[in-house]
Amino acid sequence: MRSRLTKLATALITLFIVSIAVYSLQELLPGDPAVAILGEQATPETIAAVRADLALDDPFLVRYANWLGDALRFDLGRSYRTGAPVVEEIVNRLPITLELLILAQLVALALAIPLGTFAAYRARSRFDRLSTGAAFGLVSVPEFVLGVLLMYYLALGLGLFPPTGWVPFTESPVENLSHALLPALTMALPVMAVYQRLLRSDMTATLQEDFITMAQSKGLSTPYILFRHALRPSSFSLLTLAGMNTGRLIGGSVIVEVLFAAPGIGQLMVQSIVQRDFIMLQGTVIFVAAAYILINSLVDLAYGFIDPRVRYQGA
Amino acid sequence: MNEGASTVTTQPDVSKVPAPRSAEPTAKGNTGSGSRRARRRGLGVLFWCSAAWLGLVVLGAIVAPLLPIADPAAQDYRSVAVAPGSPGHLLGTDGLGRDLLARAVFGARISLIITLGAVTIGLVVGGTLGMLAGYFRGTAERVIVAATDAMMAVPALVLLLALMATLGSSVQNLIVGLGLLGVPAFVRLTRANTLVYTKREFIVAARSLGASNWRILAREIVPNILPAVAAYAFLVVGILIIAEGSLSFLGVGVPPPASSWGMMIAEGRDSLRQAPWVSFIPSAFMFLTVLSFNLIGDRFREESDVRETTI
Repeated sequence: MRSRLTKLATALITLFIVSIAVYSLQELLPGDPAVAILGEQATPETIAAVRADLALDDPFLVRYANWLGDALRFDLGRSYRTGAPVVEEIVNRLPITLELLILAQLVALALAIPLGTFAAYRARSRFDRLSTGAAFGLVSVPEFVLGVLLMYYLALGLGLFPPTGWVPFTESPVENLSHALLPALTMALPVMAVYQRLLRSDMTATLQEDFITMAQSKGLSTPYILFRHALRPSSFSLLTLAGMNTGRLIGGSVIVEVLFAAPGIGQLMVQSIVQRDFIMLQGTVIFVAAAYILINSLVDLAYGFIDPRVRYQGA
Repeated sequence: MNEGASTVTTQPDVSKVPAPRSAEPTAKGNTGSGSRRARRRGLGVLFWCSAAWLGLVVLGAIVAPLLPIADPAAQDYRSVAVAPGSPGHLLGTDGLGRDLLARAVFGARISLIITLGAVTIGLVVGGTLGMLAGYFRGTAERVIVAATDAMMAVPALVLLLALMATLGSSVQNLIVGLGLLGVPAFVRLTRANTLVYTKREFIVAARSLGASNWRILAREIVPNILPAVAAYAFLVVGILIIAEGSLSFLGVGVPPPASSWGMMIAEGRDSLRQAPWVSFIPSAFMFLTVLSFNLIGDRFREESDVRETTI
């Protein structure tokens, strides 16, 4: 219980530091922030209005406290380009990014678990060495290179998927999935390689344990032993890593959303940079950071539920 | 000071040090016998292939203006989007008739200036902070660790995008931004290594001979942690090349007249069906370079693994 509280406190402190850092980006804007936000053509009146709106004449800490108070009530301000509330825009795009993240995580695990298990079962075999090499190659491929390759061969070449675009799930679930699979696969493959290596090494260790020999001597079938006896004790670090990798996946989703023209939060972020929509950018960054910290804390807690050893040590 | 450092009783929590992002892909399980075998066999063919490729890229990047290649910005209107192998354009041209080989070589120049500059910042700043945190412990350590945790709590690419969008992307800003990104990883690595070495007998011996803290840090700690840090630096360069490429790809990298691999890949995206090589050529350059840095870093890491030398 106590360790759980400490973890919660750490997450909150981290979130606090991150929010200060993101907010102080405003201070780093070259010149007058109001001019930077509005662009060079701004009239003195609109500049004065924005200065008053953002309370730029107040001291930094006062402004930060006000902003934080608003943010805690889910108000991240309004875009000065479109006039739309930042939170509304984020909520509209959230399902797309979430779908990509979940789909990518599922694809990565669905590929990594059988491949990792098999590599461990046949450790040092040709398959094992081949998958080590492939994994090494895959983590060296940037998402945008992998995405371009997959788009060229799978979408343009074989015509398996539409190359770009997005169809909402509510409109047509099948179309939605066919548009989402290619971006998700692009995000999943490098992560899959990492998972596969980790599961392989943990599983090789588990397979040396006495209870596996015991299960073998009872005459249980190999698949049963591998998936029912060995997989669970081998997958703890895999799950932690899956949580930690959410960060990489979020980065990947920014690239993939731009490459495949999927209107998610990553695309919103890049769009707001191109349109110099600073308030929108600030809002999305703090949202993504907060969500990421939250996910990591949840994974940390979930860890205790899966692995009893952690639960008892913590108590 | 001395007293505080010599009565270190707390267990160094090396177990808590997460595998740095780049180290994850390497199989932890087979470092033991694998590296022993590697040591007998030398560094391996792959290592030398990687080193050769990197040598070629670095050399090409340095002497790029002297090479007999086209001007990377010059547009050859008679040969627009010609395929690799065409006369006069060894690797073909892009949709504006610019020579892809020249652009890739000058792109390597930009990528390497930025990433090598950034990794130096990360190594010097992060390494120093991590070493001080691991050696002196106390409040300074807690502040440094909290700050690195906070930095690692934001997805790196998102942080970089925000920074570059705010500061504007110039070569200097990219070096500083990417360097900042490398700091936390180096802090964790050097801190963990320093914690291990600070407990070793030769440090106690040096201290009982009357060596000052600074002397111990400079003469005993630094030489011991340097191999692991240097190996890690190679892996970080690989990550930073990808990060720089991602920024360029998203249009927040080096400003347009210069060429960079990420930018070239993005430019070729629209003509992927008609002229796939416009994207594929820079992709191949980037992949081979990142792979080479990873392979070399991984081999060095195996050679300098702390866990093996302490046992």
